[in-house]
Amino acid sequence: MTIKDSGYRFVISALILLSLVSIYPLVYVLYLSLHRRLLIFDISRFVGLENYLFLLKDDRFWNALKNTVYFTVVSVSMELFLGLSIAMLLNRTFMFKGIVRALVLIPWAIPTVVSARMWEWMYNTDFGILNYMLGAKINWLGSPFWAMNAAIFMDVWKTTPFVAILLMAGLHVIPQDIYHAARVDGAENLAIFRKITLPLLKPVILVVLIFRTLDAFRVFDAVYVLTGGGPANTTETLSIYAYKTLFQTLQFGYGSALSVVIFLCIGSISIFYIRLLSRGIKQ
Amino acid sequence: MNPKFKVVGLYLLLALTILYCSGPLLWQFITSLKPDAEIVRIPPLLPQNTTVDHYVSIFKGHPFLRIILNSAVVAASTTLLSLIIGSLAAFGLARLNIRYKALILGFVLSVSMFPPIATVSPLYLIIRALGLRDTWWALIITYTTFSLPLAIWILTNFFREIPDEIYRAARVDGCSPFQAFYKIILPLSAPGVFATAVLVFIFSWNEFLFALTFTSTTASRTIPVGIALFPGLHEVPWGDIAAASVVVTIPLIVLIFAFQRRIIEGLTAGAVKG
Repeated sequence: MTIKDSGYRFVISALILLSLVSIYPLVYVLYLSLHRRLLIFDISRFVGLENYLFLLKDDRFWNALKNTVYFTVVSVSMELFLGLSIAMLLNRTFMFKGIVRALVLIPWAIPTVVSARMWEWMYNTDFGILNYMLGAKINWLGSPFWAMNAAIFMDVWKTTPFVAILLMAGLHVIPQDIYHAARVDGAENLAIFRKITLPLLKPVILVVLIFRTLDAFRVFDAVYVLTGGGPANTTETLSIYAYKTLFQTLQFGYGSALSVVIFLCIGSISIFYIRLLSRGIKQ
Repeated sequence: MNPKFKVVGLYLLLALTILYCSGPLLWQFITSLKPDAEIVRIPPLLPQNTTVDHYVSIFKGHPFLRIILNSAVVAASTTLLSLIIGSLAAFGLARLNIRYKALILGFVLSVSMFPPIATVSPLYLIIRALGLRDTWWALIITYTTFSLPLAIWILTNFFREIPDEIYRAARVDGCSPFQAFYKIILPLSAPGVFATAVLVFIFSWNEFLFALTFTSTTASRTIPVGIALFPGLHEVPWGDIAAASVVVTIPLIVLIFAFQRRIIEGLTAGAVKG
């Protein structure tokens, strides 16, 4: 016999909450972005697409977009490379596996703000351990060249464990027989990696790329706490620019337009990856 | 290659990985034990006169205890609420009859892709209008909503693994759908519920953007905001920051050592299977 119980009353509370606290604000932010709204003076006036037109001519926006893309591309590639190396290392047999995996998870669990302050201290020009070990006097957070890369190194440290854990699970699913068969046939290690591991890992790599690209593109706390967007806006990402516009200069209209643009970028990236993923599954 | 050499190489690489991952926290711990005069001197690396002054000072001079309490209440309430709401929804989606299931799941997942910055300005206006600014509730409601996608996704996957016969047997024996849910399905999925709880707790304990925007005093300020805005009169109090970092990280270290397998299960539940 079959039982077909209705499930609507079970999902309704979740749907209501999601609609009120995420969908409604999303509609509201669109509405705000079409207005000139200055919080301090209680001014709110409909201006149509004026905010968006201004954005096209806003050098600071293009600078923030450039910084965000640089941050995303460099950090995600480094995380993927390092994460894959660590995953393959952890996939070997060795003692105290549980403890090692827990130690590797530490950066992932630490609050981003705490990591940023930890790295801020390590980056200290005079008393930082990094300059001491390198025997250098690099002004990590104060120089336009190093500041963004310093933020990237911190983000890579913080999120590589997540990448490694997911890829490790992906490696775990690959049947060992395939490797044995390849070895019997005399395949080299590098060939095995390129011809077997990478292709079989591709779906998991794509999922990791989705998570990481979306997170990196909306990066806020890591960079905001480490550099505040400076020096001279060289580390100002889109989220930081939007946040400053909203809550420091209190331009809610223009800030909301920036938020909408970030949302659209994230949406396009998601759709691009999901297409890629579903094409992979169909093949 | 010599197999012995290979094993040594493996453990060497593992040691290097562990040093990379835990080194910065270790350095922060070492810094927290140094008196101020030694903090601004390198070398030596290790403290010459170990002190706990920084740990005393963060609890004495600052409202640090209150900030920890705020975080604990917010994270615990968020975890509880999203488990209740999320498990009910996941049960409905995994076991019961609902039209447009795929559409609903797709909608739920798409919310997890929202950049927080896109919703923070309207949420701020709403929270201000409701008079919830600088309260625990502002954060609890926001965090619960944004952790629902993760909770629903993981729990739906876990509930689906329980054979349908078990649910049917419970219904035939006279359980209502709700009774079957909390007496049978929920206990059987305890590992999944646990994994979800740990992940949601860590998310709420660590969140920064909403916390920075919705809180303005120590009445509701959480740990990340407290650490980011750490007070320093003349110079940055590195020792105190180090001590505070270590204190707020301890609960997380305990969690990952106790539930390392659950966390990994939870993180991979959606990603690898889906």
